[in-house]
Amino acid sequence: MRELHDFPGGLSLLPHKEITNREMSIVQPLPERLFLPLQQHIGQPATPVVSTGERVLKGQIIARADGYVSVPVHASTSGVITDIGLYPVPHPTISTAPCMVLEPDGNDAWFDIWPSERYDHLEPVRLQELIRDCGIVGLGGAGFPAHVKLMEGVENAVDTLIINGVECEPHITCDDRLIQEKASYVVSGARMIRHAVQARHCVIALEDDMELAYQALAGLVDDDLELVKVPTRYPAGGENQLIKTLTGKDVPSAGLPIHIGIVIHNVATAAAVYRAVTRGEPIVSRYVTVTGKVDNPVNLQVLLGTPVEDCLATCGYQRCEENKVIIGGPMMGVHVTTPNMPVIKTTNCIIIEENTPAQPEMPCIRCGNCADVCPERLLPQQLYWFARAQALEQARAYRLFDCTECGCCAYTCPSHIPLVDYYRRAKSQITLDQEHSRGAEHLRQRFIRKNARLQHDARAARADKPLRDGGSDQDSRSAKKSYVQAALARSRAQRQQRSVADGKAR
Amino acid sequence: MADKTGAAPHWHDGSSVSKVMADVCLALVPGLLCYAWLFGPGVLIQCILAVTFALLFEWALLRLRRRNPAPFLRDGSAVVTALLFALSIPPAAPWWVCLCGIAFAIILCKHVFGGVGYNIFNPAMAGFAFVLICFPVPMNTWPQLSGQGIGQGMGAYLRSIFPAPGTAPDILSGATPLDELKSRLELMEMVSEINTSPLFGYLGGAGWEWVNLLLLLGGGYLLLRGVIKWQIPVAVLTGIFLGSSLLHLYDPNIHAGPLFHLFSGGAMLCAFFIATDPVTAPTTRRGRLLYGTLIGLLICLLRNWGVYPDGVAFAVLLANIFVPLIDLTTRPDAPLAQFDIFRATPRRQGQAQPAENGASGEK
Repeated sequence: MRELHDFPGGLSLLPHKEITNREMSIVQPLPERLFLPLQQHIGQPATPVVSTGERVLKGQIIARADGYVSVPVHASTSGVITDIGLYPVPHPTISTAPCMVLEPDGNDAWFDIWPSERYDHLEPVRLQELIRDCGIVGLGGAGFPAHVKLMEGVENAVDTLIINGVECEPHITCDDRLIQEKASYVVSGARMIRHAVQARHCVIALEDDMELAYQALAGLVDDDLELVKVPTRYPAGGENQLIKTLTGKDVPSAGLPIHIGIVIHNVATAAAVYRAVTRGEPIVSRYVTVTGKVDNPVNLQVLLGTPVEDCLATCGYQRCEENKVIIGGPMMGVHVTTPNMPVIKTTNCIIIEENTPAQPEMPCIRCGNCADVCPERLLPQQLYWFARAQALEQARAYRLFDCTECGCCAYTCPSHIPLVDYYRRAKSQITLDQEHSRGAEHLRQRFIRKNARLQHDARAARADKPLRDGGSDQDSRSAKKSYVQAALARSRAQRQQRSVADGKAR
Repeated sequence: MADKTGAAPHWHDGSSVSKVMADVCLALVPGLLCYAWLFGPGVLIQCILAVTFALLFEWALLRLRRRNPAPFLRDGSAVVTALLFALSIPPAAPWWVCLCGIAFAIILCKHVFGGVGYNIFNPAMAGFAFVLICFPVPMNTWPQLSGQGIGQGMGAYLRSIFPAPGTAPDILSGATPLDELKSRLELMEMVSEINTSPLFGYLGGAGWEWVNLLLLLGGGYLLLRGVIKWQIPVAVLTGIFLGSSLLHLYDPNIHAGPLFHLFSGGAMLCAFFIATDPVTAPTTRRGRLLYGTLIGLLICLLRNWGVYPDGVAFAVLLANIFVPLIDLTTRPDAPLAQFDIFRATPRRQGQAQPAENGASGEK
């Protein structure tokens, strides 16, 4: 039995999981149109490889990965690409982004996909390529391309692979349902990822209140996989917190889990890997929890790109003013003003909540509750002062970039300060400044190169001056002379005319 | 399309500054009633006066600073300042003492620094120290223990607080136990002799010990409610206990024992209500321990060697000065060795990360 450790801070929140975690999931019907953002992951957006009007099949690559930290986008169903343009996307700071619009033909016909032979006969590197080509990213919420983590795993010795089933945010049960309904996918996927990173140990972690999911998995794991229940506390499913709980190790500041020999993947990612390997299926759908103030809260199996509106309609929700739509959990989700945006790879939950009037933001009274609940052991209130004062250098020295934006600090703040919002803005400001300074450096280099070029040219010109000097110089001198003479002639003529005119007037 | 006003998280634990302050006021009630029961209704009149003045000044200053007064008046911080001030001054002090103290506290100590959350010094203690220095006579006229109920001596108190021109106050005045100790020690008497005075009770000063016990009870309530954290009260009381124990052990004849110091004067009020004011206290756990201990030790020093019999106000104000330094040196992730006081913006190489990388965990 694995010894569990405690992570600092955290909150105990009302789970609200019972609303949806016992209901069988429903397959969401085909919508009229699908919106597939080119960026559903962290990294570079994908580049379209089909054009408007082209017919595509389900699972066909419609945008290819652009760069190392990038994954392709696949058509979620068969149909016609009707537009490539800017459409609303669920993102905390960006409102619209490039999307491909797919109009389904209703056949749902698959592209040619090839199952792989036995995965354990594949080279780990080949397995990683396959996972990238199937568009698999971290499905827990961050959306980091899965193959990158695997690649890092091969380059470094991996001690432990953690399959994260700890759904710590309230309301969300999509992973819970996935495990209950597709337990064998998760377990097989875990074994495949383990092979891909050559990990010594593999742990599947669940929360201690996910009894049904635990039982579903318990029958399938052998002693090659460890099944562990961790105490229910927010944010126990955060990467760093789960690593701390399971291994007692701290991920170094500004570091990655791989630096301490750990690779961590979500259970849904594991299930997607299983599908990709055994059937060659890219990721075209996912489980999404629809809950809150809807008539039939339930988990849906949704094709990527399906508008949130359609998912809500399936669950019996009529749009009304008093309610707000949250995409994601109540702690880290995005409050959206229009539900016409698509479900993407990282969309795990849609919550309808009553719109409560916002409390006025009061000055910080330095109570320190935020520091007590911070799971990363930061000083949220100092960060707040620095972010407010635009002391970005200091904010960085106080480990601003270690903030996971879990929201514990803002949850407990008696002054109702939207702390996470401040941090998010400070982070993007710093990133922007870095880009600017990188841009400035680029311009400086160009300036230096230009000067060097000009100097070089000048030197060259001086070098071949004696050869053509004589003629050209003479020419210009005579031209000047004739110009001056012409001007003199003109003024003389004018004077004469004027004297004639004066004579007439007299 | 993200809504800027609706930034994550979308849940909140329901706490607010107003609720925090309301809890503090509630916790003061038992001590306050006991005080009134034992020493007459003067303290209640002072409370009413102080709260009225405080709200008036708060409102006027907020208007002057062109702020919307409603949310700030509702936050209750001015009321808490007023109550702590009223509990600190002699209950028979004339109304203008209260007015001056509150004016100093709210105007010069709070709003000049930017209002709630921005003040460096504890406003109640700064106001108290101001009137203590300016008006020594009314500030050293304390009532005698009557123990005859809240209504007892109402007339006398009213005449004393609102004196008619040309009349002398007719309140029965006496010395506080700390006064008595100080003045008789100066007459070269020994602590054991002074202890037999009727002003001394079982633990501390007669009467005062009960007020202190009930304030301790209120403090317990605040701890249970999570309004204050244990570090400061425990450190203050430990500081007083250790300081006075050492002095008492060194020479019991000229230094009173730890129990007396813990249960007389403003010890409990300071430990649970004044030093715990979050705005003027350090924010780190180690910092709070340090700050509390500093206050406790300073109280001992000031009581034994200071000019004034009690040292709570000056101890707190002195410790307030050190708070920024304490905060800086007790950062949980920076050991003292790394601390560089002269470098305003610490630079660390290799911390640059694009926002997304640090942005989210797996879930």
